[in-house]
Amino acid sequence: MSNMIEANNVSMHFIMEQERTNTLKEYMVKLVRRKLRFSRFTALDNVSFNIQRGESVALIGQNGSGKSTMLKIIAGVMDATEGSVRVNGSIAPLIELGAGFDPDLTGRENVYLNGALLGHKHRYMQENYDEIVSYAELEQFIDVPVRSYSSGMIARLGFSIATHVQADILVVDEVLAVGDYNFQRKCNQRMSRMLKEGKTLLFVSHDTKLVKRLCKRAIWLDHGHLMADGPAREVCDAYREWMKGQEQ
Amino acid sequence: MGIIHEVKMTVRYAHLIGELVKRDLKLKYRRSFLGYFWSLLNPLMMMSVMMVVFSYMFRFNIENYPLYLICGQTVFNFFNESTNKAMYAILENAPLLKKVYVPKCVFPLARVLSCFTTMALSLLAVLIVMIFTRVQFHLSMLLFFVPLVFLLFFASGVGMILSGLAVKFQDVTHLYGVLTMVLMYATPIFYPIEAVPESVARFIRLNPLYSIIYLFRELMLYGRIPPAPNWLYAAGASLAMFVLGSLLFDHMRKDFIYYI
Repeated sequence: MSNMIEANNVSMHFIMEQERTNTLKEYMVKLVRRKLRFSRFTALDNVSFNIQRGESVALIGQNGSGKSTMLKIIAGVMDATEGSVRVNGSIAPLIELGAGFDPDLTGRENVYLNGALLGHKHRYMQENYDEIVSYAELEQFIDVPVRSYSSGMIARLGFSIATHVQADILVVDEVLAVGDYNFQRKCNQRMSRMLKEGKTLLFVSHDTKLVKRLCKRAIWLDHGHLMADGPAREVCDAYREWMKGQEQ
Repeated sequence: MGIIHEVKMTVRYAHLIGELVKRDLKLKYRRSFLGYFWSLLNPLMMMSVMMVVFSYMFRFNIENYPLYLICGQTVFNFFNESTNKAMYAILENAPLLKKVYVPKCVFPLARVLSCFTTMALSLLAVLIVMIFTRVQFHLSMLLFFVPLVFLLFFASGVGMILSGLAVKFQDVTHLYGVLTMVLMYATPIFYPIEAVPESVARFIRLNPLYSIIYLFRELMLYGRIPPAPNWLYAAGASLAMFVLGSLLFDHMRKDFIYYI
């Protein structure tokens, strides 16, 4: 077994300017008067875990628990303030479906652009093009600007591109809520298949039912602290119990 | 992570720059009737307007004024357009930068490069003016691309700085419009450098944009190869701006995520 993701003592502090300085003038004035005050906000506090090849892991927790920050650090979008994250392999982020699409380009053109954003060459996308389009069931509309797609169509195309490109780790951030029942079922099938192929899945959600179904292991974060890390069923139950306790 | 890693990643994502340039070019004239023809037509029309204005209102004693104008205008317009577009490159791609890792300099660089491609099309307009004004063609004119490559580096450097600054300080976007206007008057595009007093001309000659325009004009108007110091100055200034831009951008990029 090899470690696909190693998070070692990861801490993330955000420095928030007390009052946002949005203009150069304000900034200079404050700099001169030494009034640039900052406050520190800790989004992640000394979090460590390892994820092995072929594992399906969920990150769960309330809003503001640090799930998305952790995901951003893993994806390389942000650097941790302290500690380190090592990722051994390529990541296919299932980015908020369609974030990389240009509405004025056609579906076809967007497949290549999106592929390039995920780090894939034109040729590689060409080889996978037909499969991507047929999986998204968009053959008829592929030469129409994405601007006129429905949100379901955009979600299908985004999912199809992200899951057809070669990557060792699939990162899914609460995107499956969009799309109808059929699409969701297809997504779940596809993810199960990827897991069988030995890919690693990192899933972020607060839907414990979905987590139990898709993942074997769950990591529970709360206010940046690691609360529990273990079998999905146990961690999810503990999380729900704790939530109930909070309500009372 | 360090700048060396970032340079490596940029090279690995070079094809993304290609895709982004393709996108810009496709969208630029999509849904317009004349399409790419505009890249040819636009400079010719602008040159005609300037010619009318400056031949009646101010008279400069310049040989082959149309060609003089369009050479300066091609260089300056490319600089103006590319840096203005690059300035918004990070801001406008913010939703993406929050989700996926991509070397960030890809975005301003792609914008400068797509403007460069359209500028290359506009060179046809220069050629047309050359034919119409019966310029004597010389072999030395084939060197025309060298000053333009300097220009590409210069604009890329400025574009990277602007794109980074605009993330933190939106003021830059307002200020830059005024700055380009100042630069336009400080660059002899429609007037000869002899028209300004020597005390000012001394500074204008230091303007890297003018040093590039000078090389380009000498080649295109007279087929003369300018002396080595002029080449060295233009090359040095452009390269220095590119290096400075890369370093400053690398310094700023780590903070983007907190502002976008």
